Amino acid sequence: MAAAARFLLRGAVSKASIANVNVGAQSSFGITLLRLSPNCSSKTKTQRRNAAHFTYHPDPVPTEYGPTTKMNLFQSVTSALDNTLASDPTAVIFGEDVAFGGVFRCTVGLRDKYGKDRVFNTPLCEQGIVGFGIGAAVAGATAIAEIQFADYIYPAFDQIVNEAAKYRYRSGNLFDCGNLTIRAPWGCVGHGSLYHSQSPEAFFAHCPGIKVVIPRGPVQCKGLLLSCIADQNPCIFFEPKILYRAAVEQVPTDAYTIPLSQAEVIQEGSDVTLVAWGTQIHVLREVANMAQEKLGVSCELIDLQTILPWDTETVCKSVAKTGRLLISHEAPITGGFAAEISSTVQEECFLNLEAPIARVCGYDTPFPHIFEPFYIPDKWKCFDAIKKLISY
Amino acid sequence: MATLNSIKNMYGICSHVIRQTTGLRAAKLIQQRAFRVNGALRQQPFDSSEEKPQFPGASAEFIDHLEFIQPNVISGIPVYRVMDRAGKIINPSEDPQLSKEQVLNFYQKMTLLNTMILTVSETGDSNLDGRISFYMTNYGEEGTHIGSAAALDPRDLVFGQYREAGVLMYRGFPLDLFMAQCYANVDDLGKGRQMPVHYGSKDLNFVTISSPLATQIPQAAGAAYAAKRENTNRAVICYFGEGAASEGDAHAGFNFSATLECPLIFFCRNNGYAISTPTNEQYRGDGIAARGPGYGMMSIRVDGNDVFAVYNATKEARRRAVAENQPFLIEAMTYRIGHHSTSDDSSAYRSVDEVNYWDKQDHPISRLRHYMTARSWWSEEDERSWRKQSRKMVMEAFEKAEKRHKPHPDLMFSDVYEEMTPNLVKQKEAMWRHVQQYKEHYPLDAYAK
Repeated sequence: MAAAARFLLRGAVSKASIANVNVGAQSSFGITLLRLSPNCSSKTKTQRRNAAHFTYHPDPVPTEYGPTTKMNLFQSVTSALDNTLASDPTAVIFGEDVAFGGVFRCTVGLRDKYGKDRVFNTPLCEQGIVGFGIGAAVAGATAIAEIQFADYIYPAFDQIVNEAAKYRYRSGNLFDCGNLTIRAPWGCVGHGSLYHSQSPEAFFAHCPGIKVVIPRGPVQCKGLLLSCIADQNPCIFFEPKILYRAAVEQVPTDAYTIPLSQAEVIQEGSDVTLVAWGTQIHVLREVANMAQEKLGVSCELIDLQTILPWDTETVCKSVAKTGRLLISHEAPITGGFAAEISSTVQEECFLNLEAPIARVCGYDTPFPHIFEPFYIPDKWKCFDAIKKLISY
Repeated sequence: MATLNSIKNMYGICSHVIRQTTGLRAAKLIQQRAFRVNGALRQQPFDSSEEKPQFPGASAEFIDHLEFIQPNVISGIPVYRVMDRAGKIINPSEDPQLSKEQVLNFYQKMTLLNTMILTVSETGDSNLDGRISFYMTNYGEEGTHIGSAAALDPRDLVFGQYREAGVLMYRGFPLDLFMAQCYANVDDLGKGRQMPVHYGSKDLNFVTISSPLATQIPQAAGAAYAAKRENTNRAVICYFGEGAASEGDAHAGFNFSATLECPLIFFCRNNGYAISTPTNEQYRGDGIAARGPGYGMMSIRVDGNDVFAVYNATKEARRRAVAENQPFLIEAMTYRIGHHSTSDDSSAYRSVDEVNYWDKQDHPISRLRHYMTARSWWSEEDERSWRKQSRKMVMEAFEKAEKRHKPHPDLMFSDVYEEMTPNLVKQKEAMWRHVQQYKEHYPLDAYAK
């Protein structure tokens, strides 16, 4: 299964990353690799490869956590993992091909810095990776497992849903695997087709006992990942792979956390509430600007960040104010997480709603290859939905 | 030793392993380690000058004729045995020389387990008349539990399937807590959330049982890896049936533990059936033990009705697993005398004669009793009084458990996450508002207040 992943990856997704591996291996080793090389974080590359459906806007530079460095998203993941391995001697990182730095470069240099017993390859077997991670966590280690693509997490579905999520509950809190974090690249990438594009968060949202977290950029990525690792519940952390190189901003080098289960109001507004997560935040940010310019509509933009357990309060508070809600995600609409948000908001804010809640999502098809531009809920689809919401 | 890696000799390795494991000889041990370093740790070194295969995936010679490797299922891996059916030691050099006290403890734990099962599942008929919703017996497999548990360090972490209550019994899990779990009363450490026989004990290092089969196998590998890194001389043991060994998770666990060098003992109870499915519908190779060498894993097959054979194999596997950081596979051949569970009538798919043979003529308890009787360690009188005493102990625990309240309904909502999420707090409050309003429709009196 993941063999197919590698094939496609090398063929298309990250030619640049493979090239960088060689450069890195020849020119330096170990800790040096942890330093950030500016040439691998260029936004233009991504855009050249495929006209991006979004524009990344860096977050304001965080000042409260000490010195910052320019990082792209994959580098902020490495930085979080680096902080963790440095501060927690039980922490181990494992998965397919993580030892040489990972197919997306997220673990570059960590093996040299922390040892091969802490950063190691596993056999190619997702159910084994998650089962192994649960066991290590049960025995008291901090286990950070990588699934190479979110598309290949399903072989581990049983271990996640029946085991990880229920460990503490079923044992009456005698045992738990709260020290387990599962990271996986997530979301569309321009040409990933069926098995390198999926957004499976809604499958997991139906499973009490786990947390599901998705960041929108490097600053959130590091802070939320460190929260997942520290959290005493098993967490799934989805990394929008299209942002690995495209999203670049100043990220604190020291460890810091961003709380789970808290949505972030990125932009305040009064007419419509827009809710999304991951890459789609950047699509909606642009849509909010378009709505302001073209329609004079003021949008409140919310990054949900944690899918489960999600921040009902922030979303409902916003909708109570604006009276209109648009939710957008890349995943298919039927059974997607927007349905959960939508019905909850309808229940909580019935008297405030001035229009039906709009869901702009992927279609109920597998994620296609050549038709990706027509499939994704891009800014024009979202913009049109806002127009309809306002004129309802 | 390089030739040992050839698939052709795979089954050769098996018997080799058995000779060595049963022999327990230090000189051979050095060879074993050498084999491991040569074969398992290092990838085939590249050397184009040599006229031999250079494929990185295996270390082997070329052959110039077509020949498929044939599995040897007719004459399989031999079954290691220490005493015969009459309780007589066959090869004195294999006698573990346990003290009278230890052997009596084995016997009493095996029979106490048996009495508990009888009481819960049959005599009291408690499961059938609804006092306990479900039960699974351990008949015929008592020897595998006690023999292996006795060979472990009490700190060794145990991952089980569900038919290993004897391991807990050996480690001193109180009868009250067995009963509390089955009755799901306020004393249950699991807070009444799981079906009966899903035991767990943090204090006794016995990881809570779950129903999905084989999921514990890769978990045990992860726990053993963590134990190795802790460097505290702990091993992990993982029990599973031969049916569970067909799951993908078994493959995952075997392979991970070998490549990641985990101090782990895989203990397979091959009792001939997975519910109604006989082993010839479960696999076509030489049982489970024959798979071990394919994963580069030291493997042995033992007579599961011979508590000393189980003890010896586990003891040596444990010693070497910890010393060498490598996994061992023990396949204990036995027979599931009881029904699969209280929801199963095994006469629907197997003969009573077959069951009777194992119950009357080759049972782990009767075999150990023969051994004790021959040494005058156990008399008819001892048997009568122990039966009476154990039955009394079990009945007391049983009745006590039955009278206890069920846990507080709030415990339905806790431990889903470490913290109670706002969503769950809301749902808990909503449940109580509802139950208060409709209280005559809910069994509130049976639950703790």
